[in-house]
Amino acid sequence: MGVWVSFFAVIVLIVIPWVGAQGAGQYLFGIVIPYVAVLVFILGFVYRATKWAKTPVPFKIPTTGGQMKSLPWIKSNPLDNPSNNAGVIARMALEVLAFRSLFRNSKLELREGPKLDYASNKWLWIAALAFHYTFLVVFIRHFRLFMEPVPGFVGLLESVDGFMEVGLPRLMMSSLILLLAALYLFLRRVAVPQLRYISLAADYFPLFLIIGLVSSGILMRYFIRVDITSVKELIMGLVSFRPTVPEGIGVIFFIHLFLLSVLIAYFPFSKLMHAGGVFFSPTRNLPNDNRVKRHINPWNYPVKVHTYSEYEDDFREKMKEVGLPVEKE
Amino acid sequence: MAKVGSPEELARIDYSPPKKSWMDIPPEFREGRWCYGSKAKDHAVVGLPNPRAWSPADEDWKLPDNWKEIFLEGMRERLHKYRSFQLFMDICVRCGACADKCHFFIGSGDPKNMPVLRAELLRSIYRGEFTTAGKIMGKLAGGRKLTYDVFKELFYYFFQCTECRRCSLFCPYGIDTAEVTMIGRELLNLLGCNIDWITGPVANCYRTGNHLGIQPHAYHSMLEFFCEEIEEITGILPEPSFNRKGAEILFITPSGDVFADPGTFTAMGYIMLFHYLEGLGLDLTWSTYASEGGNFGFFTSHEMAKRLNAKMYAEAERLGVKFIIGGECGHMWRVCNQYMDTFWEPPKSLETPVSPITGTRFEHAKEHKMIHICEFTADLIKHGKLNLDPSRNDPYRVTFHDSCNTARGMGFFEEPRYVLENIVNHFHEMPESTIREQTFCCGSGSGLNTDEFMDMRMRGALPRANAVQYVHDRHDVNLLSCICAIDRATLTTLTEYWVPDVEVSGVHELLGNALILEGEKKRTMNLRGEEFPWVEEEEEEEVEEAAEEVADEEAAGKAEGEE
Amino acid sequence: MMTIVFQLARALVPDSFMSLEKILQDKKPTILQGWFEAILETYPTDTRRFLKNKKDRFKNPVAHEISQGMEGIFDQVISGGSPDEISPFLERVVKVRAVQDFTPSKALAFIFELKSLVRAALAANLKEPQIHEDLLSLERKIDELGLLSLDLYMKCREKIYELRVNEVKNRVGRLLERANMICGIPEREGDPEVCTTDNLT
Repeated sequence: MGVWVSFFAVIVLIVIPWVGAQGAGQYLFGIVIPYVAVLVFILGFVYRATKWAKTPVPFKIPTTGGQMKSLPWIKSNPLDNPSNNAGVIARMALEVLAFRSLFRNSKLELREGPKLDYASNKWLWIAALAFHYTFLVVFIRHFRLFMEPVPGFVGLLESVDGFMEVGLPRLMMSSLILLLAALYLFLRRVAVPQLRYISLAADYFPLFLIIGLVSSGILMRYFIRVDITSVKELIMGLVSFRPTVPEGIGVIFFIHLFLLSVLIAYFPFSKLMHAGGVFFSPTRNLPNDNRVKRHINPWNYPVKVHTYSEYEDDFREKMKEVGLPVEKE
Repeated sequence: MAKVGSPEELARIDYSPPKKSWMDIPPEFREGRWCYGSKAKDHAVVGLPNPRAWSPADEDWKLPDNWKEIFLEGMRERLHKYRSFQLFMDICVRCGACADKCHFFIGSGDPKNMPVLRAELLRSIYRGEFTTAGKIMGKLAGGRKLTYDVFKELFYYFFQCTECRRCSLFCPYGIDTAEVTMIGRELLNLLGCNIDWITGPVANCYRTGNHLGIQPHAYHSMLEFFCEEIEEITGILPEPSFNRKGAEILFITPSGDVFADPGTFTAMGYIMLFHYLEGLGLDLTWSTYASEGGNFGFFTSHEMAKRLNAKMYAEAERLGVKFIIGGECGHMWRVCNQYMDTFWEPPKSLETPVSPITGTRFEHAKEHKMIHICEFTADLIKHGKLNLDPSRNDPYRVTFHDSCNTARGMGFFEEPRYVLENIVNHFHEMPESTIREQTFCCGSGSGLNTDEFMDMRMRGALPRANAVQYVHDRHDVNLLSCICAIDRATLTTLTEYWVPDVEVSGVHELLGNALILEGEKKRTMNLRGEEFPWVEEEEEEEVEEAAEEVADEEAAGKAEGEE
Repeated sequence: MMTIVFQLARALVPDSFMSLEKILQDKKPTILQGWFEAILETYPTDTRRFLKNKKDRFKNPVAHEISQGMEGIFDQVISGGSPDEISPFLERVVKVRAVQDFTPSKALAFIFELKSLVRAALAANLKEPQIHEDLLSLERKIDELGLLSLDLYMKCREKIYELRVNEVKNRVGRLLERANMICGIPEREGDPEVCTTDNLT
């Protein structure tokens, strides 16, 4: 059910600007909504992140994935069991930049049969990496539209991205890979029964949204061309807070922009916040140094305990009988 | 005539479960899948709420009228107190990386035992009761309301999680189901819904100092009994001291080592080691007050964990020791490593642990003032302080099971292995994906090691058993060693069902076998009182030799006579 | 008793069994695949695909045990193995099923699935009288397998209860032993009972 609801929701989100971005409506879709979306994104993101940041971390509970630092002659594993902040930074970097924990899935293992087989679990890791990195590349490529002069690295990136030299304008590998990765992540959810079982509308919706966003972008670049100069004029206007809507921008651009607006406005209120959340995860972002450095629980409170003297009162005679020392005779 | 299916069609019964959303399938409390409910008397001892006679199999759990309110208020409070909980409720993307990492899922195939879904049980309530989207869109946004059935479901599945953290290792955001289960159990406890096997030990531990409620004189006499057994085996009678003020070191071990086989043999190993070291300057005492290393409070709530943990530092301070040595135990070390010195400020009277034998300063424990017995022993061996004869363990072909808690809550892998390397001659590791940080749970951790839960335990044990079977087939392994009291008790049951030819032991039992005490008699049996296989042969040889001698003498006598 | 029946069956159908065996041996992969899928049917829909993956015995011990056991059972059944020879393989499957969420009948129903799979595999040859006859005796054997599996299932369940009792006993065993609280019955009438409780008073 979640699949269909999400699918139709995205279809509706495409139809809205299609119908609405005419005449004066272009101001709404070209200026008002993007501004609102960015504002919602910033406020929402800050709200969520501060909410997490303000919630205390009562205990230092890293998940340890390797030997702790102990006696000097025992080889410790500073990456999977960091004993200091440098180790934590390295662990987090590997986690955030290389999805190390997902990679564990694909560790080479002994399998049934003569040949070693370790491919099957790698797909999620590869797809996740492809998805996130191509998204980043596509994002950076868009700098061309909202920076003047266009920074050098954007051109460089484009030449690398378009190295296949196919098509006119040149086909950007990143867009294609991003689309394929998103499709893979979607198909995986539908095809693997366990995953279908756990998937919610909130899992399909952002995927459809991104697939729609990327597809509209590809359409705009290769098939339904829009006047790129006008688009840049609009975007520069937005960026410099002197918004204008030039004449003659095709509706496909407004669809693209609207989907993007929805995505970023939706972002802080959805699972997409994992992007920010991962940095707060107490099982990853803390060193395993409890025995060296005391961790303070800000809300630690006194509790009722059974003291030794209460215990001795209960058992004094029996203790004396077997010669156990007692405090009070 | 009505159309009748073919015999095959008629014979085939459709066993496949109905296709429904998981939210709509209430749990079925079937024998062997759930633990008995907590008892009113135990609630009373430690002041747990809602003491009453009840069973999870009952229709009516006798919850207070405002149970929903209590539960949700408890949840709200914990969302504000634990970043882990708030975050883990928010950021899961349901990527499925954890799905097949849980031993209960692997062994049972019950989809709600996938870690992601176990957490979703609570997450769905979070969405349905605390987030705007969930409140409005309900199921569509993955939210649901807290109902009686949902509450029962939480009980069912949070007491089917051993808090082993294996899933957390594979999660790209480090979401730790153990953390969710711990909070989930706290919430259940607010309404007095715990299991007997947890509240019983909690109440006992609170009053008498240990899980079984062994009173001080009995604890003392149990250890005396072990000393007598040691005397029988070695000819030497160790004399451990108890509650002794002014000792340098306090030793605390799980009480399972004192009353249940095969943990008792590990306890004998400790006693022998300490006796051996006495001559070298060890000054150590046991305590009957802090006579429990384990902490079933940890399976109840953070607060209860703290209340039971209090005894360790308190007793160390009272006796005036310099530091604490902790025995072989899994969850005890998770608490001691990650919680103890946050619960309590270590008493000022304690010092950085320094081995009195080797002079090694345990800098990595300088704040919390407690070291693991395996660290202590590994250091002794490294410095050549122990006189060892590993060949006494030759009847054993050994493998090592990493306990979840010391593995993923501490990172304690090399020390026990180093000790083992030096005390046994035949050691074989299980496959890489089943040991160290990826170790499989015994299937009975976090207070689920009770007998009425046997079916679930055996399912959860299958992944571990399967790896044991592998080394048993391949290398003839016949002993599964470990450093956890719950493991010692439950792996014994596990192997008896799945791999009957494999026994279970602690590391220090094997050390006790290998350790050569000064002035000991010739050993003919191991700590279990089992005669070494070579003893009979030797005896036979001796008899033969003696017979030969007699024959020789006779022959000589004859010869003499003839002469 | 069962052993005798099996041996009898073996003696009655000496060489003719070969041809049936040959056919089934050739179709072994298909039959085993079908049989394994039939047993998967008994698990929740959403986890079937996970269980299906037999590649890694450490990641999926359930499928490993079941498929290895099934193959062994199949080989033994068609080659006329005795109950003693079949038992170890049957036990591997039953042991797993006995602790999972199944009623006894559900847990053991998989055995009878083999019949229809074998029949389907022999569809083309069913008209041959010899094959037909052999098939009947094979089916009888599968029925006996059903009974054997009942024995094994009970053995597993009894083991479970034995383990439960052992755990309860062991929990306090050492303590009782130490406390001499277990009173032995005297050898001869009139002798005093041997039991002391000196340490636990």
